Amino acid sequence: MTTPPDATGSNRTVSNKERMAVSRQRMPTRPADERAHTFDEVNTGLGHDEALIEAMRCLQCTRAWCVDACPVHVDIPAMLDRLADDDLVGAARSLLSDNALPCVTGRVCPQEIQCEGACPRGRRGEAVAIGHLERYLADWAADHPDLVEPATGVVPNGGSVAVVGSGPGGLTAAGELARTGHAVTVFEAFHVAGGVLSYGIPPFRLPRDVTAREVARLERLGVVVETNAVVGRTYDLDELRRDFDAVFLAVGAGLPVFLEIPGEDLKGVYSANEYLTRVNLMGAFGPDAETPVARGSRVAVVGGGNVAMDAVRTARRLGADDAVIVYRRTREELPARVEEVRHAEEEGVRFDFLVSPLEVLSDDDGWVRGLRCQRMVLGDPDESGRRRPVPVPNSQFECACDVVVEAVGTRANPLLTHSAPGIDLDGRGFIEVDDDGRTSLPGVFAGGDIVRGSATVILAMGDGKRSAAAIDAYLKGPQTWR
Amino acid sequence: MYPVRRREQLAPRVVELVVQAPRIAAKRKPGQFVIARLADGAERIPLTIADADSSAGTITLVIQSVGKSTADLCDIDVGDAIRDVAGPLGRPTDLLAAGHAACVGGGVGTAVVLPIARALSARGVTVTSIVGARTTSQLLLVDQLRELGEVQVCTDDGSEGHRGVVSDQLAVLCDSTQVDAVYAVGPVAMMRACADVTRPLRIPTTVSLNSIMVDGTGMCGGCRVRVDGQTRYACVDGPEFDGHQVDYDLLADRLTTYRTFEQEALDRRGACTPAGTTP
Repeated sequence: MTTPPDATGSNRTVSNKERMAVSRQRMPTRPADERAHTFDEVNTGLGHDEALIEAMRCLQCTRAWCVDACPVHVDIPAMLDRLADDDLVGAARSLLSDNALPCVTGRVCPQEIQCEGACPRGRRGEAVAIGHLERYLADWAADHPDLVEPATGVVPNGGSVAVVGSGPGGLTAAGELARTGHAVTVFEAFHVAGGVLSYGIPPFRLPRDVTAREVARLERLGVVVETNAVVGRTYDLDELRRDFDAVFLAVGAGLPVFLEIPGEDLKGVYSANEYLTRVNLMGAFGPDAETPVARGSRVAVVGGGNVAMDAVRTARRLGADDAVIVYRRTREELPARVEEVRHAEEEGVRFDFLVSPLEVLSDDDGWVRGLRCQRMVLGDPDESGRRRPVPVPNSQFECACDVVVEAVGTRANPLLTHSAPGIDLDGRGFIEVDDDGRTSLPGVFAGGDIVRGSATVILAMGDGKRSAAAIDAYLKGPQTWR
Repeated sequence: MYPVRRREQLAPRVVELVVQAPRIAAKRKPGQFVIARLADGAERIPLTIADADSSAGTITLVIQSVGKSTADLCDIDVGDAIRDVAGPLGRPTDLLAAGHAACVGGGVGTAVVLPIARALSARGVTVTSIVGARTTSQLLLVDQLRELGEVQVCTDDGSEGHRGVVSDQLAVLCDSTQVDAVYAVGPVAMMRACADVTRPLRIPTTVSLNSIMVDGTGMCGGCRVRVDGQTRYACVDGPEFDGHQVDYDLLADRLTTYRTFEQEALDRRGACTPAGTTP
């Protein structure tokens, strides 16, 4: 049993050989058979001692590859140095100065392709569990706001910024701007802040109170969140440009993509957006839920990304005996995180690879009774470099199911951009920006999925942080544009 | 929070609420709606904006109690508040520029028709309203429509006005006089019947579709309808569409999706089945 260094400053005296001798601490999880029936969080978090031991595993590289690989550039070695010395206040302050939503990113970031993917320890053995440690510290900070957060407020600098959308990109920009003294108002169309963190990611990966606590911390920084405000309807962009010195658009992608196959309008066919919103945001999983959702005993989820994994694991928890991923490529091409796929399999989710749906089949009452599918085989690579699935002749078959969830991507929602005719869009309706998030309209910045299409929480946060810096510079400097 | 300033029982199971919502009152146009959530845990439900007073900062909602969520909203007292009201949502009505419009309201759909008729009248269009209900006590907003022009009343039981359905009365009107546009809002069967009357006459006919919604911003796709063979979202592309092109069978069927659930919720609430609720 390794013991954590206990005296402040002693982490610096630990040799690399000692660090290398410590193996990676495991994230404790609820047993799969238990968690497949509850929306409680799957990962239960490292304890204090495990966190300190894990932090000691960081080699404190002079050239910190992990920081470069982080879209919001958290100073990971500095944070872990303090954590290894049990300086929780210092470590948490370091983290919060770089990352506005660490409780979220510690849970949902794909660390294996970012910070941990760049960790030199991963080349021989296992990378430092940076995500687990971020989560540990962020949760501790949320439990101890009086110790971590500054006692006095930020001095206002006179600038005002409207942030449209309270998802990860918008909240990050809001936090960064509020810390530099700008008066920030966040406009959210739903009745609760968080965007995809509230309606999309299920509570078993990201409990609702985690997001709520992050939002509350931003509000203590002075951020004002205005809910039920649909920009494009309740307000239009010109009004925001008149009433604020700058605007950051982070409205997300927002429109579901359907397969456009026959039978999609049958009862029991959902977009992943609708299915997850009913369950996550509206709480349709509870016994006294007022918002309904069709609880199939056999649920087919079409798609292979993280949203598909969220939907299929949700279906299991809603009571589906058979919850299956229908994906037209193979396991190797699944865009979902490895951890999500593993968790899904542990929870009894079935995977049907190299299968493409052709039609949703109806029963006599207009409800789904199955999918007519065909088998696929991988052919030559397409323009994305992935091997293109092509149909196997005479391979059609029926897959029985009573609910179908389509998790095959999103498109740009034109609700906002239609109310702002002057803003430049690309051919698919996404907002065009420069490297700092500047749109074609002076004073208007944009980031996240309304710029990128479908991306991740942390990439949207990276956009929010970068645009916040650009907005700060724009408001403090000569107000030139592009 | 959105405080309720006034509450009036317009008919059995139909309540009019005047709600403080200044942002929406300032922006709303005829044809638009809000999504309301009564309290934490409650459902988000779309409701038509029947009227607004921008100087008082209020909007008027007309709500028919058909399920647990609408029943709870109808029971709210003056002074209490609705937790969330988002809007105005949907596209405003495409209003006839000049001429003669028939405004047809069935049941609580009359509350959708009233602001359209007012806007038409304000721009000089001649308005004839046709209002239908099962029986006299169910008739809505007839006096308000009468301020704008002629009103023809239809009841299923003949207790007031013509005995019969509004679509038959619309056929008579279109037969006897030049009608340049029809705005028909009510139960699916009624809108379909009105569209069937005007299609051969090639009279442009607008209907307002009350499909199932969650967010009201295009995000979920639950409100999808087929219009002219295309999938459209009632919340952002509508709620008003060309009545001659709507797939009414699909709309009616999708509206039954949660019928069992709604009945169970009502039973739990301790209410009896509302008489004559049509999707």
